[in-house]
Amino acid sequence: MRYVDEFRNPQAAQWLLSKITKISEEIDRTGDNPISIMEICGGHTHSIFRYGLDQLMPTSVEFIHGPGCPVCILPKNRIDECIKLAEHPKVIFTTFGDVMRVPGTLKSLDQAKAEGADIRMVYSPLDALVIARSNPDKEVVFLGLGFETTTPSTALSIQIASREALGNFSVFCNHITLPSSIKALLDDPFITLDGFIGPGHVSMVIGTHPYDFIAKEYGKPIVVAGFEPLDLLQSLLMVLEQIRDRRTEVENQYTRVVPEHGNPLSLAAINEVYELRPKFQRSRPNEIEINRLSIRKNYRAYDAEEKFVINSDVDRHSVTAEPDGCACKLVIMGRAKPTECPKFGLSCTPEIPLNALMVSSEGVCAAYWKYSRMREIKVSI
Amino acid sequence: MSIEDLTNLPSELITMAHGSGGKATRKLIEDIFTSAFQPDGLEDQARLSNTALNAPGVQLALTTDSFVVDPIEFPGGDIGKISVCGTVNDLAVGGAQPLWLSAAFILEEGCEIALLRRIVASMSKEAYLAGVRIVTGDTKVVGRGYADKVFITTSGVGIIPPQRRLNSENIRPGDVVIVNGVLGNHGATILASRDNLALSTNLVSDCASLGHLMEAALNAAPDLRTARDLTRGGLASALNEITHDTAFGIEIEEELVPLHQEVSGICEILGLDPLYLANEGRLVLFVPEDQAESTLKAMRSIEVGKGSRVIGRVVANHPGVVTIKTMYGGNRIVDTHIGEQLPRIC
Repeated sequence: MRYVDEFRNPQAAQWLLSKITKISEEIDRTGDNPISIMEICGGHTHSIFRYGLDQLMPTSVEFIHGPGCPVCILPKNRIDECIKLAEHPKVIFTTFGDVMRVPGTLKSLDQAKAEGADIRMVYSPLDALVIARSNPDKEVVFLGLGFETTTPSTALSIQIASREALGNFSVFCNHITLPSSIKALLDDPFITLDGFIGPGHVSMVIGTHPYDFIAKEYGKPIVVAGFEPLDLLQSLLMVLEQIRDRRTEVENQYTRVVPEHGNPLSLAAINEVYELRPKFQRSRPNEIEINRLSIRKNYRAYDAEEKFVINSDVDRHSVTAEPDGCACKLVIMGRAKPTECPKFGLSCTPEIPLNALMVSSEGVCAAYWKYSRMREIKVSI
Repeated sequence: MSIEDLTNLPSELITMAHGSGGKATRKLIEDIFTSAFQPDGLEDQARLSNTALNAPGVQLALTTDSFVVDPIEFPGGDIGKISVCGTVNDLAVGGAQPLWLSAAFILEEGCEIALLRRIVASMSKEAYLAGVRIVTGDTKVVGRGYADKVFITTSGVGIIPPQRRLNSENIRPGDVVIVNGVLGNHGATILASRDNLALSTNLVSDCASLGHLMEAALNAAPDLRTARDLTRGGLASALNEITHDTAFGIEIEEELVPLHQEVSGICEILGLDPLYLANEGRLVLFVPEDQAESTLKAMRSIEVGKGSRVIGRVVANHPGVVTIKTMYGGNRIVDTHIGEQLPRIC
């Protein structure tokens, strides 16, 4: 496949790996601690496992998996609100497939669908608009979820609905901003990270400057990366080179997709439709404080929270409440590996998940379960 | 009659009367079904005989499968063709020679009779190609909205020659794993033919009967261990099913798994894993290494086996676990799929 295979070339990967090993040996480390590099984005985590890159690392380099799975940091009560909306007899609830199996307090959207709620999986909010147009007697709600990668497309769907005066369409906004979650991580005194692999698709929208504070204020290197194996290896190499040379900069490996200043049209759409959600309560200590977005007053006619009077008084700023005995928060923060959670693989599996990390396609527990139980398995070479 | 006249004819539709058991039912059965399938008689049962049944040690094989694919007609096949291939293949991969099928139809009120005619014609053709006869059947009509146009259930009977015992317990470390061509074309075709994705491709479904291919493989590999047709859940599910109850594992290699470029493309766009995509004319079989070459040669001599190749082997490590070696030499687990990847694929 052209434009894909080039970024998966095994010879180039071997070459990059040997450079990574060499440079990691040139870095001064304190004691035996490995150099910890966090990939923020859940998509990167899955690429790392899918291609087995973690197994190819020298022992002195370790990937720490970050909080970049929007489904995983959706508070549980928001899932409950989704279900309440979906069960409204007039509502057709539309969503990306990712969130279907995420457990709410009592049930998941999947279960609500089986019980009769009209829930439809779509690949784009524009598909939800099509459903709204052809079902004028129904209220079509789209679950707006994700970082800046998906925010522009829901903004666009609201703009189109407004232009068409499509009165039966609204968005249940759960969008969040990515840079704020990185800041929260950096403020956590328990986390020791040496550098970041920055998200690719978010950066395609926001550009690379929103990460300047990471390099300037916190003194950590960050390289914005693509999702193919060679992208990841090259980005890791660039981070390691910065560490070796004691530089802290924002670098862009994913130049074929990410412009320095982002995508002005997308940013304009986000700014026109969304604003920062006011904070009602301080998040509890050691939780990720995330900037969440809400729909501006001008577009309140398309805001499901206004239309259906949702006042889940939130948790809007805290990480999802986790079931007893789970280590979800620590895992999201990169402070624990999924396998260190007492529930992992025992009472929490993809069939019977206790929380989103185990079912979301970008969830780190799902990645570990799917690919990485390998560690305990002997493979014949 | 000109083309315009033909297209202007009011299209004939299935009505509740077609399911009443009266005159309309009888006319439908004669016009559409018995004229195409030509059973020996019109009794409610097929009365079957075959000289092969007289041989000592022969076993009968019986299987059944329901088909609800959406869309009903797609590039490379339709629900009728699938309903024959699916059941023939279930028999074939168990080592049976497929002989007879039954076919039961659930029709939705309002279904076009012309569509039904096309489906039945395609069943007839596929049955002929597969060397089986459709010997009995049934139809029921349900009200509009209680089914989607046509659902079909086929059952099949075949005979297993004496001494032929295919079983996943037969696999041994060192056995090679063979597939008969590129994977996932059916799943990708169905996905792309659904209106809501707006993907345009040149893909056609791999939908095909595999009876002749299995016979060729069995003749070439007297110690063929076991085989599975790859349907819902794709290669990944079939391999996991096979290792599940054995003391061995399976290792396949990413580089050896054959994929059509467009299937890889669709998977990239939609975030699907081709190992889990559905097939309707693909099988995986296990043979001892020393019989691999002759098996491949025999398989490749048949159209539906032209793309046959080895993709991995059975190993003594990690019992019950399937792994894939990535292009970089890393390994990962190929687990069974959880949840529904794509509803109504067959």
